[in-house]
Amino acid sequence: MSNIDKQRGDILLEMRDVRIDGYSDDKWHKIIKGVDLTLRRGEIMGLIGESGAGKSTLGLAAMGFARPGCKISSGTINFDGMELTTASASQCRALRGSRITYVAQSAAASFNPSHRLIDQTVEATVRHGIKPDSEARADACILYGDLQLPDPDNIGSRYPHQVSGGQLQRVMTAMAMSPRPDLIIFDEPTTALDVTTQVEVLASMREIVEKYNTAAIYITHDLAVVAQMADVIKVLRYGETVEEAETRKMLSAPEEEYTKSLWAVRSIEKEGEKNDDVILKINNVDAAYSSSVKVLHKVSIEVPRGRTVAVVGESGSGKSTTARVITGLLPPMSGDVQFNGEVLPKDLASRSKDQLRKIQMIYQMADTAMNPRHTIREIIGRPLEFYLGLRGNKRDDRLLELLHLIELDESFVDRLPSELSGGQKQRVCIARALAAEPDLIICDEVTSALDQIVQKGILELLLKLQKDLRISYLFITHDIATVRAISDEIVVMFQGAVVEQGPKSEILTPPFPDYTKLLLSSVPEMDPDWLNNLLAERQNEQTA
Amino acid sequence: MHPILRTILQRLGLGIVTLFVVSVIIFSSIQFLPGDFAQAILGQAALEETVAAFRKELGLDLPAWQRYLQWIGGVVQGDFGTSFSGRDASGVDRSRAVVDLIAPRLENTLFLALMAAIISVPIALILGVTAALYRNSIYDRTVNSLTLISISMPEFFVAYILILFFASLNKVFPTLANISPDVELGERIYRTALPAMTLTLVIVAHMMRMTRAAIINLLASPYIEMAELKGVSRATIILRHALPNAWAPIVNVIAFNLAYLVVGVVVVEVVFVYPGVGQLMVDAVTTRDMPVVQGCALIFAATYILLNLSADIVSIISNPRLLHPR
Repeated sequence: MSNIDKQRGDILLEMRDVRIDGYSDDKWHKIIKGVDLTLRRGEIMGLIGESGAGKSTLGLAAMGFARPGCKISSGTINFDGMELTTASASQCRALRGSRITYVAQSAAASFNPSHRLIDQTVEATVRHGIKPDSEARADACILYGDLQLPDPDNIGSRYPHQVSGGQLQRVMTAMAMSPRPDLIIFDEPTTALDVTTQVEVLASMREIVEKYNTAAIYITHDLAVVAQMADVIKVLRYGETVEEAETRKMLSAPEEEYTKSLWAVRSIEKEGEKNDDVILKINNVDAAYSSSVKVLHKVSIEVPRGRTVAVVGESGSGKSTTARVITGLLPPMSGDVQFNGEVLPKDLASRSKDQLRKIQMIYQMADTAMNPRHTIREIIGRPLEFYLGLRGNKRDDRLLELLHLIELDESFVDRLPSELSGGQKQRVCIARALAAEPDLIICDEVTSALDQIVQKGILELLLKLQKDLRISYLFITHDIATVRAISDEIVVMFQGAVVEQGPKSEILTPPFPDYTKLLLSSVPEMDPDWLNNLLAERQNEQTA
Repeated sequence: MHPILRTILQRLGLGIVTLFVVSVIIFSSIQFLPGDFAQAILGQAALEETVAAFRKELGLDLPAWQRYLQWIGGVVQGDFGTSFSGRDASGVDRSRAVVDLIAPRLENTLFLALMAAIISVPIALILGVTAALYRNSIYDRTVNSLTLISISMPEFFVAYILILFFASLNKVFPTLANISPDVELGERIYRTALPAMTLTLVIVAHMMRMTRAAIINLLASPYIEMAELKGVSRATIILRHALPNAWAPIVNVIAFNLAYLVVGVVVVEVVFVYPGVGQLMVDAVTTRDMPVVQGCALIFAATYILLNLSADIVSIISNPRLLHPR
């Protein structure tokens, strides 16, 4: 039976009332609370939801697999006539890596560092006796070619650390395709990649599953991404199905409020405003971590008072390094930082308390930016004492005001960070920054670790605070939707240099410099045809 | 040059430097020992001139740094000096070169160490891997507690227990591991069986537990889950996916234990009256035969440095990031 003969239409995977429990804190919690799922041959289903919705757990359950500490407690999982919940360990093992394969989120961690890529690519195929070794290797090279990897005949002899993240993700797709499975589970395969890389990986993944008519479950939290891949989309929340519909229908007319909230950030739109009063000015800054490699090349950025400047670029473009130079954590090799018209000392230690107070920072990981043993009172109270010398009742009054500003009530005062949700933690970090009464807040990817609807709340809060308190933001992000939502001006960075700086309306309208264009066009849009159109457009440009 | 080769050469150079530093430490610490060989040999009644003349003959009248340079200069050329013993007031010199004293003893010590290593390393690795494979099973617990018991007992006690069971109650092996250069290989192995078994019991636990821990530590890695999702069997996962990444810590512990087999087995040598370097050194210390003490100490130091160096090299080679740079 070859794959080509399989008709699209008959049911491949059927899950009925699946319930999965996870064990933590000495008791069992419900992770999946009775989900039904039906997948036909050759069909691609998108599983979407926020973190903790149970997407990965459900995806793994389709392979009859539960992570250590989890168990499939009830329900049926029928894969092509075989019941996985009652199948023996060896029956399941025979299925995994041959008829159902898996593509993990972090390719870098999911490849064994001590084996060559091709050995790992063909491992399952050869072990399950699907193809002899030499044939599987030849086929792997063809798959590498299909996935547009460079030098497909030889790339397999490399080790995982010798290729880039985007390439690894494609090799993993080749690994999943090698046994010609009936079903591939893609578990957030592009989440860890830059947008520009993501487009290429998405395109090659889609092409190859179409070519071999393989069914797939595509797990992600990004609706725009899944719209490019899936025939059907299923929205999960708290381990339950919210709704399920054909992709176009889901995007044009979502039935549930919750589904709409998944693209919440895209609904904020800020009118960019100008201001000629410059609060922060970075002039021709060069910086390096060790003496050898320069990370910033002649970076110049201006931040107008009371406005938001978004710094965008992919990972490694020098965004966070710029922030470190401004705060004095990394003294620049040359160039200077002017704040309110005066040149700031290069390193942190030689800045005055008042200079330190006026520039505050909020980090991506609110978890690690707070001392887990301090209560919220101590966390927010500390800058009040340190910078403003407030004590006792005065401090507590101000603390409550700040909590009010970030829309939390006074019951939070004596809680520990671990008792707060992700969005609440980030709010506390904002309050801590505000406590110093700064003129400028540097926000380093502050919303990247949060779910869409929580992101929306945080962004709205930041906008409101700017309006009321006239704070300036330097907003570092790689997410263009966030940029649209919050910025007045945009700085585009690439490989440690500024490509472009200007008002939002100017940067986001054509004509674009090459890199800006690549970056902007790579951001997935809520349109199932977006990827097709983009690829066609890029194709045309290359031939033209 | 391949970066690995460069690293290895660097480490080798560092090892030699370390050895020199250690030689200085050995030499100077011996200077701090109380008493004087000449005085001790000639007795309380000896005339001061006699003692002085004897000291002069031995070269003990020179300043310490000169004696150090003489000694280390000889060592570099393979000459560890002449033993103090064999001389007495009669003036007849029957003293022997330190090399001649140490060489046959070192051969014996290395033979015993090699035997113990050949038995214990494979056993430790197999026990460690299987314990990781059947983690938390009865097998795992039994292996863990048995090895823990064997490492918790003093080595002389283990030795006497073995003698009791394998030499006294059942006359399988000889009580004394008395060997001389003319003993044939088969007979040698037979006679050293009990000391080798004692040493095996002493060192297996450490290596086995590290093997188990190193492997289990890796089992939570995403690439192990990936292998599981490829339908790879548990045994293959451990051997093919976990073990190659676990070598660095395991090899370090193995090297540490092998070094112990060479330098730390004096108690076992004494119990079995085995003519090894350990006993030689202890005897030399009691007779204040400094050239021999220095020679033994330097050999012990070299053993440690060499084995740790090999462990370092193996861990470097087992790391694909270093072996196959970008």
